[in-house]
Amino acid sequence: MAIDQKMGKTFAEKILALKSVGSTGILPVNAGEIVTVSPDIIMSHDNSAAISGIFKKIGIFRVMNPEKVVIILDHCVPPATEKYAENHKIIREFVRQQDIKNFYDINTGVCHQVLPEKGYALPGTLILGSDSHTTTYGAFGAFAAGIGRTETAALWATDQLWLKCPQTIKIIITGKLKEFVTPKDIILYIIGDLGADGVLYKAVEFTGETIANMSISGRMTLCNMSAEMGAKIAYCEPDDKTKDWLANHNILTSELCPPTSDPDAEYEKILEYNIDNLEPQIACPHTVDNVRPVKEVQGTKFHQALIGTCTNGRIEDLEIAANILAGKKIAKDIRLLIFPASIEVYKDALKLGILEKLINSGAVIMNPGCGPCLGAHQGILAPGEVCISTANRNFKGRMGCEDAEIYLASPSTVAASAIKGEIIDPRELSF
Amino acid sequence: MINGRVWKYGDNINTDVIFPGKYTYTITDPTQIARYALENLDKNFAKQVKKGDIIVAGENFGCGSSREQAVTCLKYAGISAILAKSFARIFFRNCINQGLYVIECRDAVNKIENGEEITIDFQKGTIISKKGTFAFPPLPDNILEILKDGGLIEHIRNNVKFQNPNINSSPKSKC
Repeated sequence: MAIDQKMGKTFAEKILALKSVGSTGILPVNAGEIVTVSPDIIMSHDNSAAISGIFKKIGIFRVMNPEKVVIILDHCVPPATEKYAENHKIIREFVRQQDIKNFYDINTGVCHQVLPEKGYALPGTLILGSDSHTTTYGAFGAFAAGIGRTETAALWATDQLWLKCPQTIKIIITGKLKEFVTPKDIILYIIGDLGADGVLYKAVEFTGETIANMSISGRMTLCNMSAEMGAKIAYCEPDDKTKDWLANHNILTSELCPPTSDPDAEYEKILEYNIDNLEPQIACPHTVDNVRPVKEVQGTKFHQALIGTCTNGRIEDLEIAANILAGKKIAKDIRLLIFPASIEVYKDALKLGILEKLINSGAVIMNPGCGPCLGAHQGILAPGEVCISTANRNFKGRMGCEDAEIYLASPSTVAASAIKGEIIDPRELSF
Repeated sequence: MINGRVWKYGDNINTDVIFPGKYTYTITDPTQIARYALENLDKNFAKQVKKGDIIVAGENFGCGSSREQAVTCLKYAGISAILAKSFARIFFRNCINQGLYVIECRDAVNKIENGEEITIDFQKGTIISKKGTFAFPPLPDNILEILKDGGLIEHIRNNVKFQNPNINSSPKSKC
């Protein structure tokens, strides 16, 4: 290619060049440019009812590319009220009318877990999703960004949308995690360090030996929570771990050659973190960047503990919790809710005896879904109550009650705290 | 050009305090949605906001969820524009797609006070307040076109470029 040999390109620049409407992939796109793209996948969830309403206003009868549309019911499943039930009914009817094949009903799981499991989140794909945590699919080397409802309707209608090509910030992570310290602690630490707007509008590339050694599950946690520091996308370059994960999930990947960042690509910033001495971290009320070492808030009482959701509801997370809770009981006066991220995770947890360990400890096993994370149902807090959760947001009112408090931590910290009945650094719980 | 009274807020105002998640699937009518605007941040807002008022805020306004009601509630409450040091990206897009003007100008935010009347001139790219006049960089042309059309849906309907055989309306000329 003779064009623009001055400087290497970032993954973001390359993928947006490839996905630009009418592009042959040869014309370069530079950070800061606005391009019109055609995505590979358009994801939406329970908000699809509202999106279908907006879609109808455009005056178009048919979704342009129904094969690109993926709809997953997860935000309030099964429906908690008549209104939610009606919402789901509208979606099912729309899916039938539009012949949308990629529809997953209430028995499947959280969109951010289901999309990868069903083979939609592939390296080198462009995914636009009507959910802020769409960044999760970057763990597979996809360019995945959250969008709003109106633009999702526009995508259904026209298959096109404008995007600004983001500048990229590289985050190099080195070192080895200590026992009971998890990828969740890494991302909480980084968010605490950079702030809620630390990487606003930017693409974030996670790289370094820690990422190379990290499971796909851990990478998903990192990419999921990057939204909490303002990232447009998060990204881990696909490697053998990515290929193995896809192969293990029976997803065909006949020699994918996704674009990756050039060694001489222009980064806005390169940040480095060594996590050899990282301690368990916790985000305190009411912002995700209000992060401290867990030991600083040790002893804080709470009423509800939650393990699961799209941030930490994978088998690895449930296993960590089960290993801590095995043979023990949760403290009196607290309740522990478990939300597997998908029915596949649920089945694996059942097979591996994880659910039994959790049930015996006193946990309530919920069906896969978002649970109370967005304040809709299944574990809403009462005024004055405190929750420690593995989810990704702790904003005021997030779990339904504005007079409640939410702490965010890793599955290890939440499980250990559930036994103790107060927040505790998992390394300090006597086993 | 718009003129309005300022409601001033700080940094990182998130979508859960702008429009709580518990209402996202239960309250769907825009005028009803407006009644809950900023419920978890400022109880007086929804009661006292007047048509044309302007929100002035710090960094990362609208962070958090992609929920578009966070824009709908402010727009239908009467807010004519939001001036911030910076916006969360999905919220920023949602504003444009709903035809609500968004301006980034740090200097102006630092000086403008709660409750004062300001004037925003989009043609000139200026904000006039009692503390002086501030210039802001104009939005890119393609974004201004969406705003001028009143939002993305109207823009698609007006824009012949997007015509496909399924469109059920006659194309209008671009303004």
